[in-house]
Amino acid sequence: MDITTQKPAAPPAAPGPAAPVDKRAARGATRPGDRIFLGLSRGSGIFVLVLMAAIAAFLTYRASIAISENEANFFTSFDWNPSGIPPEFGIAVLAFGTVVSSIIAMVIAVPVSVGIALFITHYAPRRLGGLIAYVIDLLAAVPSIVYGLWGALFLVPHLEGLYGWLDDYLGWTGIFEWNDGAPRSLFTVGILLAIMILPIITNVSREVFRQVPRMHEEAALALGATRWEVIRMSVLPFGRSGVISASMLGLGRALGETMAVAMVLSSSFDINASLLDTGGGTFAQNIASKFNEATEMGRDALIASGLVLFVITLLVNGAARLIIARRKEYSGANA
Amino acid sequence: MSHATLTPKPSSLRGATLPKWFGWAVAAGSVVLGLGISTAAGLDSDIQWALIAAVLFVVGSYAVSAKVEGRRQAKDRTATSLVWVAFLMALVPLISLIWETVKRGVKVLDGYFLTHSMGVVADTEPGGGIYHAIVGTLEQVGLATLISVPIGVLTAIYLVEYGRGRLAKAVTFFVDVMTGIPSIVAGLFVLSVWILMLDMGPSGFAGSMALSILMIPVVVRSTEEMLKLVPNELREASLALGVPKWRTILKVVLPTSIGGITTGVMLAIARITGETAPVLLLVWVTNFINTNPFQDPQASLPMYIYLQYANSGGSGAAYDRAWAAALTLIAFIMILNLVARGIARWKAPKTGR
Repeated sequence: MDITTQKPAAPPAAPGPAAPVDKRAARGATRPGDRIFLGLSRGSGIFVLVLMAAIAAFLTYRASIAISENEANFFTSFDWNPSGIPPEFGIAVLAFGTVVSSIIAMVIAVPVSVGIALFITHYAPRRLGGLIAYVIDLLAAVPSIVYGLWGALFLVPHLEGLYGWLDDYLGWTGIFEWNDGAPRSLFTVGILLAIMILPIITNVSREVFRQVPRMHEEAALALGATRWEVIRMSVLPFGRSGVISASMLGLGRALGETMAVAMVLSSSFDINASLLDTGGGTFAQNIASKFNEATEMGRDALIASGLVLFVITLLVNGAARLIIARRKEYSGANA
Repeated sequence: MSHATLTPKPSSLRGATLPKWFGWAVAAGSVVLGLGISTAAGLDSDIQWALIAAVLFVVGSYAVSAKVEGRRQAKDRTATSLVWVAFLMALVPLISLIWETVKRGVKVLDGYFLTHSMGVVADTEPGGGIYHAIVGTLEQVGLATLISVPIGVLTAIYLVEYGRGRLAKAVTFFVDVMTGIPSIVAGLFVLSVWILMLDMGPSGFAGSMALSILMIPVVVRSTEEMLKLVPNELREASLALGVPKWRTILKVVLPTSIGGITTGVMLAIARITGETAPVLLLVWVTNFINTNPFQDPQASLPMYIYLQYANSGGSGAAYDRAWAAALTLIAFIMILNLVARGIARWKAPKTGR
């Protein structure tokens, strides 16, 4: 306002280069208040970037200290003895355990979640669907420590029957051989992780399925398609990328899950051929379990394994976000 | 309908269909059969009869439907039953989780439990409470909220009101990626800076910093969504009156969306309240009341649950306390969620729809 009142005499007939007057006004942020506010908010945005960079930098720095002292191969060694002389540790067991338990979780959780999402959007009566969606939303908020407590004190004793059955009928494969130990194996961890990531995969898939153009579905119906054919021909193709990214978000959560795994798994540093045998470990679980007795060197070694976890989850989440970003209209992306 | 004259029965257009109660009948039948088989075979697990019943249901309805209605309808029925089975299978553990927590949690949950600490109670004995843990959790979460709400809201304002170009794109992307950082990694980061490099001891504040790393992206995302809902006409009207942009944001945009922002913040608080991993690394745990979040280990509800579970030596008293603390934690989070959703509904911005 000040600008206009100070220059009342600016004649409309001014010659060509009259631009300098407008330059400041056009930039907008000329008042001190505006400048400060823009600075603050842009500063916060930059802070987020700096934070991410700092996380990567500090973890890498501490990890490099540990790895440079490490006498064993960091990626292939089966030992975890960072406070020994010389220190020897490797992440082979952790990588194996993390990948296996996450795969089990995904195999169980993705089909079931897609099923629930379809149930909410296409099968359940509208009222019931809304209620279920709400309950699933709430369940996403249950903390992992409670899942861990439930897993350790309720799920583990109840899985013995299933373990016995798997051993009886599939034991010959070697993968499902059970030697009657407590069912605190990677398989149980996988089941528990599946239950934990179910809500997030369901929520995102539901959002995507809800956005399927009504016309596609009605066109299929008009051609005489059954409900399943409608889903297979119009809903699933439309929602495929959304379901993939939802699954990857769930995978990211499963990879980094700590306390529930630490409470359920009876861990050790070896790899078993059978999924039902106790032993093994995951990155996050190992950090939580080994932290208390860790020396300075031990902490750095744990940070090194955390860095690997960080990179893996970064890749998984980044990929998921890129897939979502290609389809901007998925508002479910903020789950 | 010229064909109607050729075909004697008009009903053939629709084909044979099974009655509506068919699905329910098969469901009931397979549950009974599943129970029967599992008792006959002496299977002791609940999961098994449910699985048997589910398989019977899917196979049974496909077989009958294929016989009567044809293969396409049978496939449709199979898909329907699979979806139902998926839904029921998922409900079982989720309901069981809530049920077990409530059932086992109410045993020792009373006024005494909420107002006493574990100071003089051995881990395996009955008695004691969670007062010290509640104090710790409230302080840590409060500090984390104080750190992350200003940063988160300002970042969201930058993205919505100012953000153009590559910086805004980068911030959006990394906020998204930050949502997926495992909590233990956030804990390790603060550990490496605060404890290993600056040589500070464990304290509630160290935990708050890690918690705010987890909270900032959630606040940014939800605030961003809410700011986008504010109609542009409001901004333009304010700017047209000559109000500076920063005052427009503070006096027009933020008040319009304050309900949604509060909801987002409360949901974010609910999310970090249950975080255990960073607290385990940075705050540790104690059985005594420590009201100073800037010095010495502090208790917190999640760590209390973990401690009671891990140090119980299998004693029932410790498990009871763990369940009761879990129930308290869930109740707190659920109340936060419900209140947040209530505010969202009550204060929803008028978008002119």
